[in-house]
Amino acid sequence: MEITSSVRKPLVTGGKTIHDVTEDVCSRVEGKPTISWMLALATSLGVLTIGAYAIWMTLWNGIGMWGNNKTVGWAWDITNFVWWVGIGHAGTLISAVLLLFRQKWRTSINRAAEAMTIFAVICAAIFPILHTGRPWLALYWMFPLPNTFGSLWINFHSPLVWDVFAISTYFSVSLVFWYIGLVPDFATIRDRASGAISKVVYGALSLGWTGSAKAWERYETVSLILAGLATPLVLSVHTIVSFDFATSVIPGWHTTIFPPYFVAGAIFSGFAMVLTLMLITRRVYKLEDYITINHIELMNIIIIVTGSIVGVAYLTELFMAWYSGVEYEQYAFLNRATGPYAWAYWTMMTCNVISPQLFWFKKIRTSIVATFILSIVVNIGMWFERFVIIVTSLHRDYLPSSWVMFVPTIYDVGVYLFTFGLFFTLFFLFAKFFPVINMAEVKAILRSSSEKWTKKDPVATQNVVNPAPKEA
Amino acid sequence: MMKKKNYLIGVFNDENVLLSAIKHVREAGVKIHECYTPYPVHGLGHALGYKRSRLPIAAFMFGITGTSLALLMQYYMMGADWPMIIGGKDYTALPTFFPVTFELTVLLSAFGMVLTFLVASDLRPYGKAKVFDLRATDDKHIMAIDLGKNKNEISVIKKILQDSGAAEVNEKNM
Repeated sequence: MEITSSVRKPLVTGGKTIHDVTEDVCSRVEGKPTISWMLALATSLGVLTIGAYAIWMTLWNGIGMWGNNKTVGWAWDITNFVWWVGIGHAGTLISAVLLLFRQKWRTSINRAAEAMTIFAVICAAIFPILHTGRPWLALYWMFPLPNTFGSLWINFHSPLVWDVFAISTYFSVSLVFWYIGLVPDFATIRDRASGAISKVVYGALSLGWTGSAKAWERYETVSLILAGLATPLVLSVHTIVSFDFATSVIPGWHTTIFPPYFVAGAIFSGFAMVLTLMLITRRVYKLEDYITINHIELMNIIIIVTGSIVGVAYLTELFMAWYSGVEYEQYAFLNRATGPYAWAYWTMMTCNVISPQLFWFKKIRTSIVATFILSIVVNIGMWFERFVIIVTSLHRDYLPSSWVMFVPTIYDVGVYLFTFGLFFTLFFLFAKFFPVINMAEVKAILRSSSEKWTKKDPVATQNVVNPAPKEA
Repeated sequence: MMKKKNYLIGVFNDENVLLSAIKHVREAGVKIHECYTPYPVHGLGHALGYKRSRLPIAAFMFGITGTSLALLMQYYMMGADWPMIIGGKDYTALPTFFPVTFELTVLLSAFGMVLTFLVASDLRPYGKAKVFDLRATDDKHIMAIDLGKNKNEISVIKKILQDSGAAEVNEKNM
């Protein structure tokens, strides 16, 4: 008996059988790397190397190499940190929140999105660690370890300490969630492996998984509870990141709307990055049957929703600045829109508020080219959002004599480039050696959501017979 | 070296056939060793008569441990060992302890539960997988019956499996 819907579009097209899923995903892992893949990896490694020089110079000479000054103490580094953390959010959202909401369309994209989360959080972590100035001591300063001043501890009243706990918990829980999901698929690759190296490597990675009914039962329980734990975690992480600003008394930062506004912005930019990556991956790996236009459209709808929330948040900030009657607050927002960084503010407004509204048109949200361009536009916009919040709020102090402009140095650019190189290097390695699509989960939804089964293909259903048992 | 045992392996093409076959096999008084599927099949554990997993309880206990540890740690460090007033807050202002408490609850709960899962399911790096049929991680559903634990004759069990829709029935010594 099939339970099919005539309303919902199939999630897997092309009449795939269960075995086809294994073949389609494993063949990318088993095959020799293609020239284009090697070129892509080499490019990212090149960018990473150039960026590594900037990191080296920063470590050797100190963060004076950056454009930060006494007034703008948090500049590109914290902008990039918040931006990368935000990008990470979509992965956990897809795997956890959509799992709790029983959204089956997450299955084709969750693996790559979670990988993106983990790599983005690694990139994010680089910035605050470098910003401590002496990263080799950072571990010692950030975690509750008694230090050389006696029993003086880290300050648990500080949002920066909350941030350390939030980001490190987020990273480790996401990593575990991702890995547990990978185990059954590693077992599939292990059981098909012919080479000695791949047998050993995937044998170790699959942890001895056999797919026994007992293990699946527990696996499903674990996934569900991890999703239940990760959902509030996603919300808490960006909320806590926003506390870095919101608990201060800087005009433009000291607002109660920050937590929800940051979370919405994070999901917004995260989905944009998932789209950027998935559009490339599906093209290169020919996964159009798994990541369909339907998937892209659904993600674009999430972008409309979160983009609109972000837009409303910007307007609320402006309203609250006026309504509060605080002259400093009013100045901060007037300065954002008309001051020396107005170009950044209006770039942010255009990219984040106006451009995602184009997705209301079905033609645009189902177009690959338009989605790809807009996904990059959104990411640029979200970077400017963080830049605007941080730099425009800081560059006008209470004391006009300390008013300055922030100009990034080539080392600021270099460190940012390094994280791009790192992110794409990790992603390309992942795409080659790990199954990019969660095979087990896609197989599990095939029966109810694939084109083949919903069309009642006689070949697919011929085995569904229920013979009466004969007494032996 | 573990002693080798004789198993009868039923290979099924479809999850629904497997589910009905389990019913028939169990009704015939044959004990099933275990079933292996490439993806989670709903109702499989129930059909095999497994009890509900107690992992949620483990997750909860680990979570409670995280909450208490976090609160104890913060109260001790900020309240007792080196009290300081920061930002006009009390030494032990509870609201400022919430974020860290929440994170540690989640962290311990997730890690504790996953470790419990790995130990309970005997999953570890280089863990030896007892694979009855390599296709069990691809597209086939496997039912393994331990012949040593069943009194019925092989031919009888074979017949039951075939009659209940198995595509193949193999014998395996492992």
